[in-house]
Amino acid sequence: MANVSIMTFNILSILPILTLAGFGMIVLLVDILSSRKLGEKNLLAYLSLMGIIVAAILARNSTGTTLFSFNESFAIDNYSLFFNFIFLLSTGLVILISHSYIKREEINHGEYYALILFSTIGMMLMASGADLLNIYIGLEVMSISIYILTGFKRSKLISNEASLKYFLLGAFATGFLLYGISLVYGSTGAINLKQIAGFIADKGSISNPLLLMGMALIIIGLGFKVASVPFHAWVPDVYEGAPTTITAFMSVGPKAAAFAAFLRILMTAFGATHYEWQKIIYILALLTMTVGNVVAIAQTNVKRMLAYSSIAHAGYLLIALVAANDMGMSSVLFYILAYTFMNIGALAIVIIVSQKGDEFIQIHDFAGLGFKHPGLAVAMSLFMLSMAGIPPTAGFVGKFYIFSAAIKSGYIGLAVIGVINSVISVFYYLRIMVIMYMKEPTRDFNPLTLSPLIVVAIVLSVIGTLHLGIFPSKIMEIAQQSILILK
Amino acid sequence: MLNLVALILLFPLIGTVINGLAGKRLKKETVGYIACGAIGLSFLVSILVFCGLLLLPPQERLFEKELFSWIESGSFKAAAGLQVDPLSGIMILIVTGVGLLIHIYSTGYMHEDKGYHRYFCYLNLFTFSMLLLVLGNNFLLMFIGWEAVGLCSYLLIGFWYNKKSASNAAKKAFIVNRVGDFGFILGIMLIFLSFRSIDFTEVFHAASQGTFAVGSFALTLITLLLFMGATGKSAQIPLYTWLPDAMEGPTPVSALIHAATMVTAGVYMIARCNILYMLSPFTMTIVASIGAVTALFAASIGLVQNDIKRVLAYSTISQLGYMFLACGVGAFTAGIFHLMTHAFFKALLFLGSGSVIHAMSGEQDMRKMGGLRRHIPITYKTFLIGTIAIAGIPPFAGFFSKDEIVLESLARGNFFYWSIAIVTSLFTAFYMFRLLFITFHGKSRADHHVMEHLHESPKSMTFPLMVLAGLSSLGGFLGIPGANIMSHFLAPVFGEQGHHTEISGREAGVHHSEGHPYLMMIISTAIAILGIFIAYHLYVKKPELPKILAERFRFIYKLLLNKYYVDEMYDILFVKSLKKISVMLWKHVDTQIIDGSVNGVARLIGRFGDILRFLQTGYVRNYAFYIVLGCIFVIVLTALGK
Amino acid sequence: MVEYLPILILFIIALGFAVTNVILSAIFGTQKPTAEKLTPYECGIDPVGSAHERFSVKFYLIAMIFVIFDIEVVFLYPWAVAFQSLKLFGFIEMVIFIGILFICYLYIWKRGGLEWE
Repeated sequence: MANVSIMTFNILSILPILTLAGFGMIVLLVDILSSRKLGEKNLLAYLSLMGIIVAAILARNSTGTTLFSFNESFAIDNYSLFFNFIFLLSTGLVILISHSYIKREEINHGEYYALILFSTIGMMLMASGADLLNIYIGLEVMSISIYILTGFKRSKLISNEASLKYFLLGAFATGFLLYGISLVYGSTGAINLKQIAGFIADKGSISNPLLLMGMALIIIGLGFKVASVPFHAWVPDVYEGAPTTITAFMSVGPKAAAFAAFLRILMTAFGATHYEWQKIIYILALLTMTVGNVVAIAQTNVKRMLAYSSIAHAGYLLIALVAANDMGMSSVLFYILAYTFMNIGALAIVIIVSQKGDEFIQIHDFAGLGFKHPGLAVAMSLFMLSMAGIPPTAGFVGKFYIFSAAIKSGYIGLAVIGVINSVISVFYYLRIMVIMYMKEPTRDFNPLTLSPLIVVAIVLSVIGTLHLGIFPSKIMEIAQQSILILK
Repeated sequence: MLNLVALILLFPLIGTVINGLAGKRLKKETVGYIACGAIGLSFLVSILVFCGLLLLPPQERLFEKELFSWIESGSFKAAAGLQVDPLSGIMILIVTGVGLLIHIYSTGYMHEDKGYHRYFCYLNLFTFSMLLLVLGNNFLLMFIGWEAVGLCSYLLIGFWYNKKSASNAAKKAFIVNRVGDFGFILGIMLIFLSFRSIDFTEVFHAASQGTFAVGSFALTLITLLLFMGATGKSAQIPLYTWLPDAMEGPTPVSALIHAATMVTAGVYMIARCNILYMLSPFTMTIVASIGAVTALFAASIGLVQNDIKRVLAYSTISQLGYMFLACGVGAFTAGIFHLMTHAFFKALLFLGSGSVIHAMSGEQDMRKMGGLRRHIPITYKTFLIGTIAIAGIPPFAGFFSKDEIVLESLARGNFFYWSIAIVTSLFTAFYMFRLLFITFHGKSRADHHVMEHLHESPKSMTFPLMVLAGLSSLGGFLGIPGANIMSHFLAPVFGEQGHHTEISGREAGVHHSEGHPYLMMIISTAIAILGIFIAYHLYVKKPELPKILAERFRFIYKLLLNKYYVDEMYDILFVKSLKKISVMLWKHVDTQIIDGSVNGVARLIGRFGDILRFLQTGYVRNYAFYIVLGCIFVIVLTALGK
Repeated sequence: MVEYLPILILFIIALGFAVTNVILSAIFGTQKPTAEKLTPYECGIDPVGSAHERFSVKFYLIAMIFVIFDIEVVFLYPWAVAFQSLKLFGFIEMVIFIGILFICYLYIWKRGGLEWE
């Protein structure tokens, strides 16, 4: 906090975002100006990947600086940097798994890559937003792109339906968020998070019900984005209907972005009123993981199961939010990174197994995979074990940190419920492994198409999952440094 | 140079990964080169590390390198760190050195086998695990290595998994070890509870600072539990029964795992924890007694066995008993010294027996051998050296190390230990020379079909034999009484206690042996020669005599031949009754009560899931309604908070 | 909250007045419906087809494109007003902005968003 420099206008601070925007537009231009044949869009994927790498290199340059620009509405610090890397990583992995998928599903339009890049811009804006409006704009940029991507399989009814549902409910929830922001502005006269915190410190919050109401509405709006119960109902339908690559994308990126904003708003602006929001989030966390895990057991469709599992994981992350100590905040960062690897990896395998038209997407379609394609089955098992939280995987370490943070803050009951929930979750994660290894195949797997890019994505995910599980301390250290700015 | 220590572990791991993933597609030569190269490099680095250790002044010979810390939470810290001190320095040299020779030998021995790459993958993995066991700087890492060598042992005993007896032996080894491991892990937990740490340095420092009184209950329990683990891994009474069966594995495996390295892990562990053991005299007495009894017991079984590898297996158990006896009386240096020389001559003997079996087209029964000395001269000569070494004839390696144990068992122990050690020594000399005479001397009893194929083994097999023969002849000079290099080298690890001139707890018996170590030497040499003479008399001079003796002492002969019926006893006592109990538990408790309740809970949760699933109607209006409900709930909650 | 009471009262009176009038006219008014009376009013001309007609999605597309570009162009006004004080920097910014708009335009054009058929 010592070297905070205040500049009103600093193009360099948003250089990674500008880069992505530039590459997004280039992708669009290249697409419309080149010939329209399907299958010749490899260039677009490579361009997008290049954009991500360039953005990552540019973002890396600002490591360690703490900088507020654009009238203190935009923050460049270790915190936003950590999240930016998660976004870029998840987007990169999604592009790797998309390349063959969108060809297979015949939705190989150039807009696909451009929209993914634009959505990533929104996420980065959210993580860097130091005032409520910037966060809101980021959220909209991110969401609108994803609404379109969800309905990208235009010829499929289920995809259209998912898109429309997501859009309607998203708009509804955004209304709450915006109303919350205006209430907070009305009662404090500020949209800047630090100024709000200053106002609360001066005047106190107890005497100001409008402010607390505003805070509650912001929690609802963001609670929708992180898919917490009872604002979760859209998740299974949307995850199932969306193209599987987009399911992978939106189960990681937007969720991470929403958590980034969540943490920053709650810690920076409403740090003084933590008693008020902790009890709300306590109950949300409890409901979210329990409903997510319990309903996941009843699912037969892998994508829906992973949707509920993603709800449950949001619940675990909310525990860390409740704990609200150093360890809790840094474990959010760590867990999201771990989740990025294991979830995108698992969905990549779902993509391979489901084959054209997402035909084989039921759990029993995985029967016998262990014998026919041992490599894929081993990778899938690893991701499942990691999600269930079994060592030596990333998921175990992440859960370990989250639950210890909760215990440290005295929320022993919540930690116990969390552990019980992870035990429940073992049931449906292991069921996939049991089916892969112990059931006779019910269909012919051959030939599964394995494009090199998707293999790279799976290998990266496996390495990530194992690396975070075996050598977590380095990343945890970085996460711990990243959250210092929030206090 | 000490910083290289991680490389020692890395090379075998790389070898495992390459051979495990790509071994199927590689040529046999390549697989062999990779495996041997990995161990060879590891051996070279071990030498460098060892030299690095020697360059330090004796009291500073402790090097720790933390690789990474896995998880830290509160006071619990699980780190992965390596530790090099004189003790682990000697161990890595033995593991990689003997390991390298056995790898080379295996390229010849296993050449015709289908599972060639699988074999070397396991063997490299074993070396890695064993090195992890001896290099780890905390109990957890040691335990991981401990479990991993157990796994490799299981995989390699059952290497020929098509053979029913092999897979049974593998299972037996695994299960019996599990009993010991149970104690071991309890011991580690208890260490963490008592010392709030599992780090060697911290635990031993705290112990030497007198955190616990001598003979305190906690320490006694800890050391007993750890020793329980050791009896499993090092095949001591009552958990020794798996080792003879483990001979179902390929012979080089028996040499590496079940003679030279893995089975000595228990001795290493007790030597490593010498500070804890010195503080609990009761456990020391147990260790020494079990060691002594096992030594005699196993040796007596070895007297009458007819399978060449089984004799060696019982001999191994007996020699391990010697090592525990040494540790139990506080002579850790002598224990480790014997561990080293034993690694040389027992590996030599096993590899020699492998060469014999190889020559005899897979025959292991000694009664069908005989007169092999002319046909496989190199094997015979090296085997002879090994036999002399184990029998304890000066100046071969076994003499010095065994003599030191015999000496210490009187100096620090009592006359009882000493007499057992002496009798065992007599037995050892007898059964080893019995083996030698039956196998290599006299007339051939093999059918001529086998005789036609009789041939000396290839160079890759005889070369390790010769190197090991050299080590078995000369290795003992590291520990000559008076100029005991081993003892000086190991002194920093074992403190003053390890040195037999200065003893803290057991002054009583010390000085009375001080005067006549040479007398003792003469006695044990004489005993060994007596054993050899009896064997010569019975099996070369009058080959008909053993049968007559067996008839006359029919009861004892049967008892010994059937290994005191211990296996049968265990079968009735534990296996059968446990099976009955477990069947009962399975049929009633498990399927009805536990499964019932678990399935009930699962079904209950599933039912909830079904109910909650109905909320997922698919209508946007319902979803929006949930959001509104949630919103009302949150707002009410906020309002109540005022 | 007391100071807002007059507003509430005014609100109730206004609502009551409107509702009362509608109800009164429904009760007391004479109702003699004929076919002509019930036809929708279309500037005095006889209606052509049903009023519930579906029309092409292109209308919406064009309408949306119009709205987007219209609003973007509105930004030019404040820029023009403040042009003197923004100087070169403002000019460059606006060039970039127009450039991005041009890319959008190009995209719509090439994608066929402006073609009716």
